[in-house]
Amino acid sequence: MSTSSVLYDHPGPRAKVRNTVLSVVFGVALLGLVYWIYTKFDQANQLEAWLWKPFTEPKTWTQFIVPGLWATLKAAGLGMLLSLAFGIIFAVARLSDHRWISIPAGAIVEFFRAVPLLLMIFFIFYGLPYVIDGPVTAFWAVVIGLTLYNGSVLAEAFRAGIRSLPGGQAEAAYAIGMRKTQVMQLILIPQAARAMLPIIVSQLVVLLKDTALGYIVAYPELLQRGVNDLAANYGNIIPAAIVIAVIYIIINSLLTAFAGWLERRTATRRARKPRNNQAPTNATTVEPQG
Amino acid sequence: MHVFTDPKNFDAYVSGFLWILKLTGASAATALVLGVLLAAMRVSPVPVLRGFGAAWVNIFRNTPLTLVVFFCYFGLFVTLGLSLSQDLDLNVFWLGVIGLSTYTSAFVCEAVRSGINTVPTGQAEAARAIGLTFGQTLRIVVLPQAARSVIAPFGSILIALCKNATIVGTIGLMESSNVMKDLINFNGDAVIQIFLVFAGTFAALLIPTGYFFGWLANKLAVKR
Repeated sequence: MSTSSVLYDHPGPRAKVRNTVLSVVFGVALLGLVYWIYTKFDQANQLEAWLWKPFTEPKTWTQFIVPGLWATLKAAGLGMLLSLAFGIIFAVARLSDHRWISIPAGAIVEFFRAVPLLLMIFFIFYGLPYVIDGPVTAFWAVVIGLTLYNGSVLAEAFRAGIRSLPGGQAEAAYAIGMRKTQVMQLILIPQAARAMLPIIVSQLVVLLKDTALGYIVAYPELLQRGVNDLAANYGNIIPAAIVIAVIYIIINSLLTAFAGWLERRTATRRARKPRNNQAPTNATTVEPQG
Repeated sequence: MHVFTDPKNFDAYVSGFLWILKLTGASAATALVLGVLLAAMRVSPVPVLRGFGAAWVNIFRNTPLTLVVFFCYFGLFVTLGLSLSQDLDLNVFWLGVIGLSTYTSAFVCEAVRSGINTVPTGQAEAARAIGLTFGQTLRIVVLPQAARSVIAPFGSILIALCKNATIVGTIGLMESSNVMKDLINFNGDAVIQIFLVFAGTFAALLIPTGYFFGWLANKLAVKR
């Protein structure tokens, strides 16, 4: 870690003693806290074997967790594809030279970035059926909501990425006779995508987590199947919530690790800049949101 | 606009957004303190502290907020009997604040940590050279500079927090998204207006906030 070495010297004998003492004190306090939580849960009878036993039975996994996980991944996968497409289209539209394209595109992006996803899903699920005179399934309510929201955030990420590229890139492309579409497709978007990869993947993690909102419109995703339905059958809501949380954490950590790997792999082909410039400076205004 | 001329609906609309603002305010303050503490832990020389900070961030950043809020309600309140107020709404409100600030603190921590990364190594080296300790280096030299570079990320976090506050509705608080759902259910003929009013209020609150933080970040940026 580069940060940890910046702030303090290599520890000398006294610092080593001090660090050890602090480690022990904090470690003991932490263990005390864990023990206290343990006794609290024990008093509330949350640690009895029968509450955890369902997780050793295959039925729990085949009937609740795996179908829930599958539904989550289905909504997240489609949401990711659609929001990446939405993001690229609206980023390009917002950068357009034609004001009649760029202004509406900007307004749409700003609007959907500001509206809570839950509000959007509620509108699509409960409100839209009145407008289109037919039902909207929970699946599409979740996917459309995820696409509009995360797509807008991604649009800003792509736009910042494109704007952070040196002007010479586009100029050179025009100079060898490319048209605007080609410049975007072949020169600018690939570079912007690579520069913004960390933000894009963080946003995809946000998207995956946000599928949990499907719970509120009874889309049978992991939270619904794993915490609600499972706990309704076995009365073990706390153990169920813990198991489901662990599954989410594992998936998202894998996604983040994948992003790190991808970044390292692509970074080798880029000219190395001085260490302190990590991200393009005007890109810092775009943060993953969720 | 007949929906909102009914005083009952209008009051529900106002109180829904008041809940959102209160949730945002209380959670932002808590998450800020917690997040800065966690960031200090993550860059500290003590391995156990670093590990604790890292575990906290990885757990809460990767768990859906809905599940965190759920856990506050079913875990802390229903199972462990932690009651924070006699008033039912206030109890849910405070449980929501716990969930929101726990979740948000992980993001604050990461923002502060990346802010610390933007401070040139020479600054900390100079601080150490004149004999400042780790705590002093962090407090007097590094954090003030880092603070200026984390304004923009903080703006994003605050905006996300305000939107995330609607998730407390899933444990029964009548905040704006729940109010909107109810209004839609009773006024099927005006769903578009209802959505535009609620979404528009969020947009009117948050789009200027975003621009304000962008402006502030530019104004206060450390010129290097």
